Amino acid sequence: MPTRRRALLVILLLALLGLASLVIALAAGSLPVSVADIGSALMGDTEGVAAEVVRSLRLPRALAAFACGALLALAGALMQVLLRNPLADPYVLGISGGASVGALTAMLFGLPLLLVNGGAFAGALAATLLVFGLARGDGSWTQTRLLLTGVIVAAGCGAVVALILSIAPENKLRGMLFWLMGDLSHAASPWPALLMLALGLLAALPFSRDLNLLARGDITARALGVPVTRLRGGVYVLAALATAVAVTTTGAVGFVGLVVPHLVRLAIGNDQRVLLPAAAIAGGVLLTLADTLARTLVAPQQLPVGVLTALIGVPAFLYLLTRSPKST
Amino acid sequence: MNTPLLSVRELEVNIGTVRVAAGLGFDLEAGQRLAILGRNGTGKTTLLSTLAGLRDAEAGSLVLCGESYEKLGARQAARLRGLLPQGQFDAFQSTVLETALIGRHPHLGRWAWEGRDDERLAREALAAVDLAGFGTREVHTLSGGERQRLAIAALLAQQPRLYLLDEPLAHLDLNHQIAVLDLLSRRAREDGVGIVMVLHDINLALRYADRALLLFGEGRTLEGPVAAVLTAESLMRLYGYPLREIPDGTGRHFVPA
Repeated sequence: MPTRRRALLVILLLALLGLASLVIALAAGSLPVSVADIGSALMGDTEGVAAEVVRSLRLPRALAAFACGALLALAGALMQVLLRNPLADPYVLGISGGASVGALTAMLFGLPLLLVNGGAFAGALAATLLVFGLARGDGSWTQTRLLLTGVIVAAGCGAVVALILSIAPENKLRGMLFWLMGDLSHAASPWPALLMLALGLLAALPFSRDLNLLARGDITARALGVPVTRLRGGVYVLAALATAVAVTTTGAVGFVGLVVPHLVRLAIGNDQRVLLPAAAIAGGVLLTLADTLARTLVAPQQLPVGVLTALIGVPAFLYLLTRSPKST
Repeated sequence: MNTPLLSVRELEVNIGTVRVAAGLGFDLEAGQRLAILGRNGTGKTTLLSTLAGLRDAEAGSLVLCGESYEKLGARQAARLRGLLPQGQFDAFQSTVLETALIGRHPHLGRWAWEGRDDERLAREALAAVDLAGFGTREVHTLSGGERQRLAIAALLAQQPRLYLLDEPLAHLDLNHQIAVLDLLSRRAREDGVGIVMVLHDINLALRYADRALLLFGEGRTLEGPVAAVLTAESLMRLYGYPLREIPDGTGRHFVPA
């Protein structure tokens, strides 16, 4: 029996976990900072190197990681409902492919960071519009048609990415590969992602019970009074925007969008009223911790964060999957 | 309060170039049970979803409890009529109780959660279809017949005035077929709900429906009291196969000749 009390409890626990992950991200690094010093650095009443590192280096990066992880997990959960397919992720409809093409093209021509991000965002939206336009060709769209169009567009983008990588000069390859795997060291500002996260949750939560029904099929949802066509359009736009903002900020971090919704679903069930906010926080926690590891494990060298999201997520996911099924 | 539950006038329904019904008209009064019969592919499901207001008719008017679907809106309509779709497919995990509770959706506000009353209604509905004690089971562990009964329970929890059921007996064993039809008939008799159901069993239609609607294909239809509509001639015309009528002490029965 789903109750509001249980939902609030789950969200509260996860929020504490989120806070803890941010504190760890601020504390860890080549210059360890104690929790007390973090507090005073954030209040702004200490000067010095440690406070400066926390305020202007670690805090923006940690917030960007949290917001992007949350956006990807939210978009993944929405896509899974939209396509009624547990294997869907934010990238399944070609959004990351489009963003990759845009970003790598900008990198190939040696454009500044701002234009790389602009290219990523433009590419993501272009791919979204392309998939939406093609899948709607006959005036209506089914999940299968949407999915197939997305997969094909993604494959096309993959080919273009491979082409760019093969003609790119040696000195740009490393930056490109890191972008493709996801990399937070160039995250310019966390604010667009944080703002998008707030907007995304505000837009999705009022419709989360409608989404529960959409996950059970179009006819069932419509017969129970859900405006399915409008809802699906809104979900599509929201998931696409969330993904585009995340990918623009961090590059194509894999795994978070696919696995976090599943992790949360396995743990607490498929009620979107809890699942959407819980997945968002869990995604934020995962990416924040993964990024902290990425910059500390083999410091001063940095690892691509996408590698670590997978290395953390896979065992956790397999553990939950093989655990005895809940409530038998 | 003599407004019919469903009032159909000059209804024309097509699927692409196939005509399902043309000039169809009937009233379904409170407490009445209507059986829809027809061959595969004649558009029974399409007609049912048109009657549910989920699909626009080519022509004609539909009035549910005195109002058009347009005027009611999707949410209000969902409080008045419920639809049991054909075939249940669950993409995601969910418990039996959660699934029965979906019927409460149109009765709940945007931010409201299911309360004690909703839970009680859902549990009563589960008990009514012989699924008491299944509440915490995962839907994926149910058999086909159990899943079908769960879908019927969700419909009961919705508490509509008009039930539209697409092959409600699919996957059900004999005793549950009769139990479901008894249950629906009791709701019709005691609560005055209306029942429209697609059936393939002529003898169950004779026993559990007051009226019948035959879809002959190409838009030709026949609607009326079962006694008048379900005859050896009309059924032979409907299915293209001869039937023999066997009267016994209690009623009429049809068997394939």
